[in-house]
Amino acid sequence: MQKEENIVQLKNISVAFDDQVILDDLSLDIKDKEFITFLGPSGCGKTTTLRLIAGFLEPDEGDVLFEGKKINGVPAYKRQVNTIFQRYALFPHLNVYENIAFGLRIKKWPENEIKAKVEEMLKLVNLTGLEKRHIDTLSGGQQQRVAIARAIANHPKVLLLDEPLAALDLKLRKDMQKELKKIQQQLGITFVFVTHDQEEALTMSDRVVVMDGGKIQQVGTPQDIYNEPENAFVADFIGESNILDGKMIRDFYVEFSGQKFDCLDKGFQENEAVDVVVRPEDVDIVPVEKGMLTGIVTSVSFLGVHYEIIVDIGGFKWMIQTTDEHFVDDKVGLFIEPDAIHIMKKSEYSGLYGDYSSYSEEIDHLSDIIEEE
Amino acid sequence: MKILSRLYIALILFFLYAPVAVMIIFSFNSSSSVWVFEGFSTKWYEGLVYDTTMLTALEHTLIIAVLSALISTVLGTAAAVGILAIRKKVASSLVMSMTNIPMMNADIVTGISLMLLFIFIGNLFGLNESLGFITVLAAHITFNLPYVILSVMPKLRQTDANLVDAAMDLGCTPFKAFFKVILPSISTGIATGTIMAFTLSLDDFVISYFTCGKYQTLPIVIYNMTKKSVTPDTYALSTIIFFVVFALLIFYNMLQSKSEKQAAVRKVGAK
Repeated sequence: MQKEENIVQLKNISVAFDDQVILDDLSLDIKDKEFITFLGPSGCGKTTTLRLIAGFLEPDEGDVLFEGKKINGVPAYKRQVNTIFQRYALFPHLNVYENIAFGLRIKKWPENEIKAKVEEMLKLVNLTGLEKRHIDTLSGGQQQRVAIARAIANHPKVLLLDEPLAALDLKLRKDMQKELKKIQQQLGITFVFVTHDQEEALTMSDRVVVMDGGKIQQVGTPQDIYNEPENAFVADFIGESNILDGKMIRDFYVEFSGQKFDCLDKGFQENEAVDVVVRPEDVDIVPVEKGMLTGIVTSVSFLGVHYEIIVDIGGFKWMIQTTDEHFVDDKVGLFIEPDAIHIMKKSEYSGLYGDYSSYSEEIDHLSDIIEEE
Repeated sequence: MKILSRLYIALILFFLYAPVAVMIIFSFNSSSSVWVFEGFSTKWYEGLVYDTTMLTALEHTLIIAVLSALISTVLGTAAAVGILAIRKKVASSLVMSMTNIPMMNADIVTGISLMLLFIFIGNLFGLNESLGFITVLAAHITFNLPYVILSVMPKLRQTDANLVDAAMDLGCTPFKAFFKVILPSISTGIATGTIMAFTLSLDDFVISYFTCGKYQTLPIVIYNMTKKSVTPDTYALSTIIFFVVFALLIFYNMLQSKSEKQAAVRKVGAK
């Protein structure tokens, strides 16, 4: 039964361009009818993985399987997958109707069936009445919808989406996220979605594949990825995290920042060095005498829903999100519940992330812009 | 200032078109005098219809122009696609400059070198008369090719590279994808290239002179006529050629401004 359930399987895939490794021994099973998202910074290999499944690229090593059968070397036009491209790649010389009908005409469908199908698709993406419009005269959001209609008119078993929402503004993007999710559930098609936007990945997906450096860092439900990150990269990339050096004294007991804490993690060796993650929203600020740790507030910013406060504890700067107002130079205590602590094994990413000492609004803002590009 | 600049433009146009205007006027002269306009007549035009040398030459010119334009369009479009597909920048710019050389080269040099080449090859096959239809056609294709490449290339660069991927994704073979998606997107570039090639072939004299042998085209027949005496039927013929080329150039410009407009709309749409 297992075989039937996995619609696409990637086995030990490696890809290199000009001696630069893009994908490094990557393996993944994609289940039938699931919404799976490849999430990672630019250059992590997520789009390359998508192109491998689409058939635009062949792996140097490893196999691509579709419904249990090896499809290495099967050209894109023979695969039962369709793609929605980043900049839509609509055909500029054809109108809306002909763009959506394109794949059906290639398959030589009879004219009346094409007409019915195109109408059905237009209805699905809310574009009824725009059949005759020229592609150039459509807004970005409308072009996006035509691209969706053009791809799913062909009844693909798997729909590949390459950052399809990146060019839309925030409000439109949110609407399209909901709409895509709705379409996926309605049609029961496997969606393989690529994005660098962690929020997008968390809201839409059944499972998220976090990638970096051509490797899968973690695969799991959005909840798993957020609550149980496997290493410092995942913890940092998804949401905000304080990541500290720690020592696992024994099961359910960890030491960091010079104090010992109860926690819910086990399975480590005694006194094993670990990375400790504490999410900013899981820390309570309390009076100094009640605190498990004490520190000094160095920065406060108001974000509407909550304040983002940076607290210096023995040189390590913590980020804490709280709805109570505090002021710079206040001495505060921190209280951390056992379930707010998450322990990770040491990895190549240890020590690279999770300290907010260089934190400033501007840097945060800048890195967002760079990511967008 | 405004009057001055208008006067300047008027003068330029006068010097450019006065000779042509004089020629057109005298082509309707009822006598063969080059100095006096004695009355309106279309007899020189009527005479052309019965001039068999002239008609054969016209036929030759049209056959060569149409064939060389079509063949160089196909070859040039394929070449443009190929040049853009070259990944290495140095190699692609090298190929580009090599294709541009025939365009920069003096016609007389191109003509003589082609003639030498054709005679040399003809000798290899033991032919006495190596120059003729095939050689003049080959010569015209040679000098037309860079113009076609240059008009197709920018349109190809404008087309989204993902379009081919999208077409293949929807079931097209790479071959079909080219015809269904790329060709329509670059059609105005191809059309302007064809017209350009046709026009150039129509009025080429120097290269044809060296390569045509007995397959004489219109410009060469006219040149030979003027060796004896310049008669008004030459004017009539030249007037016709002038208007044909003029019409083609207007058509060419219309096509180009249309494709520029399209590109502008697409840019706005993309934002």
